[in-house]
Amino acid sequence: MTIHHHPSDALLLDYASGALGEAWSLAVATHLAFCPSCRAMVGQLESIGAGMLDSVDLAPLSDKTFEAVMSRLETGTIEPALPAPLAPVKPSANGLPQPLRRYAENARGEIAWQRLGLGASQCLLSTGDVGVTARLLRIPAGKPVPEHTHGGLELTLVLSGAFSDQLGRYQAGDFQEADEGLEHQPHAESGADCICLAVTDAPLRFKSLAARIAQPFLGI
Amino acid sequence: MTGKPNEQQPAAGRTMDALLMAVSESKDKDAFQELYRYYAPRLKSFLLGQGAGSHMAEEVVQETMVKVWRKASLFDPAKASASTWIFTIGRNLRIDMLRKASRPEPDFDDPAFAPDPEPLASDAIFREQQDRLLMAAVNELPETQSEILKLSFFQERTHGQIAEELGLPLGTVKSRIRLALSKLRSEIGENE
Repeated sequence: MTIHHHPSDALLLDYASGALGEAWSLAVATHLAFCPSCRAMVGQLESIGAGMLDSVDLAPLSDKTFEAVMSRLETGTIEPALPAPLAPVKPSANGLPQPLRRYAENARGEIAWQRLGLGASQCLLSTGDVGVTARLLRIPAGKPVPEHTHGGLELTLVLSGAFSDQLGRYQAGDFQEADEGLEHQPHAESGADCICLAVTDAPLRFKSLAARIAQPFLGI
Repeated sequence: MTGKPNEQQPAAGRTMDALLMAVSESKDKDAFQELYRYYAPRLKSFLLGQGAGSHMAEEVVQETMVKVWRKASLFDPAKASASTWIFTIGRNLRIDMLRKASRPEPDFDDPAFAPDPEPLASDAIFREQQDRLLMAAVNELPETQSEILKLSFFQERTHGQIAEELGLPLGTVKSRIRLALSKLRSEIGENE
């Protein structure tokens, strides 16, 4: 699988530093499960962070902290962890990689889809981020998402199927970063439904009146 | 940043990687103490820079060092240096303890995880070389670019927050990051 569309360097940096919020990080981390080259870049950014840690001014600690750490080792309450036993992990029945699977599947391994109308469905994902919405979207094969612009930032990661818009063709693992400037009309390709992870920090602005009227009911 | 990377290096001259290996292989408490003396004041300094109070910073340092001890057997010097490994543990605990948030990460054991096409770094010596090239390249970046990397790591700011703080358009900050990272990619011989 070749991935053609990656997160911006700015997003990879925010993820590596730890500054990026949970919902955005979910999109980046799930892309990393697909993409060895972005993983390598994040690894290099972490090495840069470590280089900065090496060269930072020293802040002395109280002796108490050192004693607390050593006594926790001495009392044996902290046994060195062995490498985690490699319990065979069952693949997701929905084909979702981690960490997304943990957010999207219930205890029975199912996705609780809600209908959006026109054959599309969504599943809202719960994260600790206020004001940022993460959801799975399922767009029926061959169908468009209504043409819209963005009030803020929208990250889209394709999980299965494919879509195309003015910027190109996106298939499993591909990542789109759309900001206020972009007006686009993604079309799912025929053949298979397109399932995406979408993370947004503002409601989308739809061009057509019908879509705008339906929006509050659809929760998008 | 002050340039005293050698301060409090152990007298015996064991590298941080070697000390962490000693903890990993034989639960060597002396080696662990050396690691503590080197990393704890640096971790605390990082945390203070990111806005933690002194007491909370020490709590996070304590948990980080305890986790270093517990998880030492998972340290693989072919994959990352001791500093990088400890940096990531500290970062994740900071997110957990200070922001009370979780950090989604890919899972290498997940069947859906796309493996690396070939081992990226075959051994610790190759990896050390890469790290040296990388840090040399970082030191050569123009101030306008390295400033952003520093704000990102020292103060844990997103690129959006950095743009606000520096009074720059978002696009300018993004393109500086892109320039910096493409320089780093070419320095370490990647052609992505």
